[in-house]
Amino acid sequence: MGEKKKKIVKSIKIDVDKCNGCRACEVICSAFHANPKYSSNNPERSRIRMVRDPIRDVYLPVYAGEYAAAECMGRGKYVIDGKEYDECGFCRASCPSRKLFKEPDSGLPLKCDMCEDDPAQEKPLCVQWCLNDALIYEEREEEVEEEEKLGEMEIGLGSMVDKYGLEKVMDTVARMSKKD
Amino acid sequence: MRYGETGFNLEIDLSRGNIERVETDPKLTELHLGGLGTNAKMLWDRVPADVDPFSPDNLLIFSTGLLGGTPAPGANRTIVSTYSPQTLLMGYSMMGGFWAPELKYAGYDKVIFRGKSPSLVYVWIHDDKVEIRDAGHLRGKGAVETQELIRRELNEPKAQVAAIGLAGENRVYTASIEQGRSSASRLGIGAVMGDKGIKAIAVRGTKDVNVARPAEFMKLCNEVMKYIQARGENPVPGVMPILAGLGSPQEMKLIDEEWHTTNFMWGNARTRRRDYWTKEVEEKWKETQENVRTRLISCYNCPMKCGATISVPGISAYMMKCFSKLTYTMAAFADLDFGFKIAQRATEYGVDGFSTPQVMAFAVELHEAGILTDKDFEGCPSDNEGKFYWLLDRIVRREGIGDVLANGTHWAAQQIGKGAEAYAHNNIKKHEQLPLKLGMLNPVYFLMYATGEKINITQIEGQFPQAPFPTMEEREDFCKDWIQIPDEKFKQYLLNWEMRGERSNPYYPTVDMSVDIVDWQEKMHYIDDALGVCAGLSSFPLKPPYHIHNYPAFISAATGIDIDEAGLTQVYNRNRTLVRAINVRRGLRRADEKPPEDHWKKRFPELEEKLLDAYYKFKGWNHEGIPTKEALHELGMDYVAEDLLQRGILTEDEGTPAKEALA
Repeated sequence: MGEKKKKIVKSIKIDVDKCNGCRACEVICSAFHANPKYSSNNPERSRIRMVRDPIRDVYLPVYAGEYAAAECMGRGKYVIDGKEYDECGFCRASCPSRKLFKEPDSGLPLKCDMCEDDPAQEKPLCVQWCLNDALIYEEREEEVEEEEKLGEMEIGLGSMVDKYGLEKVMDTVARMSKKD
Repeated sequence: MRYGETGFNLEIDLSRGNIERVETDPKLTELHLGGLGTNAKMLWDRVPADVDPFSPDNLLIFSTGLLGGTPAPGANRTIVSTYSPQTLLMGYSMMGGFWAPELKYAGYDKVIFRGKSPSLVYVWIHDDKVEIRDAGHLRGKGAVETQELIRRELNEPKAQVAAIGLAGENRVYTASIEQGRSSASRLGIGAVMGDKGIKAIAVRGTKDVNVARPAEFMKLCNEVMKYIQARGENPVPGVMPILAGLGSPQEMKLIDEEWHTTNFMWGNARTRRRDYWTKEVEEKWKETQENVRTRLISCYNCPMKCGATISVPGISAYMMKCFSKLTYTMAAFADLDFGFKIAQRATEYGVDGFSTPQVMAFAVELHEAGILTDKDFEGCPSDNEGKFYWLLDRIVRREGIGDVLANGTHWAAQQIGKGAEAYAHNNIKKHEQLPLKLGMLNPVYFLMYATGEKINITQIEGQFPQAPFPTMEEREDFCKDWIQIPDEKFKQYLLNWEMRGERSNPYYPTVDMSVDIVDWQEKMHYIDDALGVCAGLSSFPLKPPYHIHNYPAFISAATGIDIDEAGLTQVYNRNRTLVRAINVRRGLRRADEKPPEDHWKKRFPELEEKLLDAYYKFKGWNHEGIPTKEALHELGMDYVAEDLLQRGILTEDEGTPAKEALA
């Protein structure tokens, strides 16, 4: 039973209808994350990438998310309002099935960090550079219950108890302590 | 490490199938910056003066700009350079879109083609891997569909593809090179690409583009972004809506086309329709445009959304921007609906949207006049729109009369004879111009039409208002925040410019003022074309974000080459004079430098002579428009002077023997 704590949740609203496909977001994101900062740019290193197909009118910015060690067993393809999007088009993962969201030279996964910086950026750079308001930055406060922090031993034992039941665990420990 | 540029060119010899990655000389970047500047240097050095545009010895150069692929907004242009089959002079044409940045990311500043491929091929550039691949299966395919086919074939959805359609394959002199929404259209460069057997060039790049002084550079970029926003909220008052903002004229967004439809000419640059734009037309066109316009779209790293995806029901989607919306409509005396439909076919064929409609209207006029016969038009539908579709289909295939028309109005008229020359009345240096016929001579525009090496007014005009503001109040208001001027004198020129009286066209702006104004406007275009920045954020609109005062800082911060306004002006002069020298070597002389006879009703031959004299003197050229030994020396181009002297084009005493103008 933990205390109530305030947490800032950051989100970017992506208005796909407003996107004009310029990819400025890719340029500025990769430039911001270059080391030294802004010394180079390379869309392949951008944490935001566009699925862009003007003839089909597909304009879909996607942000790099979790690293996936393995491909999904099944893939999805969306058709929305008659418009067909690419397989895995909405997925944020850095995944073995594709080159997206990986550093082109090392293959290391990329992940959006909302342009964490010191001093803090007012808004992520992609949002700052999208003059067509297709990317809108929003912050909101949420109240979350802070869970008590469990130590290593408690976590380990806890899962054993979940699996085998408290009685069996206690019996096993007792048996083990009797051995020499 | 190189900054801004990659420092490498791709040299492709199509005759031998040889591909090489060649390091470039950084000194050339200092002297010419890049883009058009270094293209011109390459053409001067490597293509002899007498080479036929369809010879294997002609080069076809695809270049990025020095700032291309950096975060500078709008730095996305591809600059194509070669010898033009239509004008027989140096031809250069630009396009925006996404191709040039991708080439930079692949690690190249330019792709240079020489020779000719024995069969139709396409080139696939993927970082360090470059292949020449068979394109037999793509023969005859549209320029737009080819891009998609190649992406699928290579399984590279992010590849950027520049392609020709049927027109380029058949060496039509108005053939374009298409890429996404963008088109390098003018001066027949598509024909040279087809002549060399290149169906398309696909690029995919995953490398870094570096800048030398990042913090400084980003500060400048952010200032440009802020300015674009502020400028968008403050359109220029007192000018027509499509010229009040930034970017290309926003014809995809705006419905109001009163200016174009009532001031530009319909048919074969023939008829003015002052009463055309009625409420009815406006409503009908609003409906048409909003129905077919799927989305407003931008080029790489630019917020302007000048382009649009156009989906006419029943035909495949394509993309368009700017005046192509009206050129077919007006040439055919048709409506906007027709314009959007035929433009789809024209874009797939890959033809220029300025010359081609005029060529077709020219043919229709000749038929009406009896100079072209019913036999020439055998099989042609009798309805007006059908005629234009039929002509387009014949021209791109070089079938029947199409084979004659495919060379543009100048050469077609020569071939047809029987008085046809009088109907090819809208050319400068054999190249079709905007369909515009006006009343009173404007001295600034006279000079730009006459001397512009791009031979296209939109690629030299922009920074100075096209007409005077009626009241002093409006003029002072305009001058209040005119930070882009190189010198305060330009404000004076504008403040004193009246609609009527002594200080109005044609004698005001005065000869010297006109030269100043042309030089400024031309300077900004040449700098844009070397840096690869879109004229829509720079040389073309009034009060743009890029100008002579911040450009040097951009170049210095990007490349580490410290340059100031004077230095940048020197580079511009060098590039501009070098392009002139190339054309002079091809035969260009003063006699060629004139607008179409009927461009203005009121002409002033004496004044026009004075204007040319003053412009030539200002540039350091002699009476024939040939750069003098002194001027070339000042620009560090003694090698050019030596060459011209050897040929007898220049004599030691700066005079020039009488030479015939290029026939």
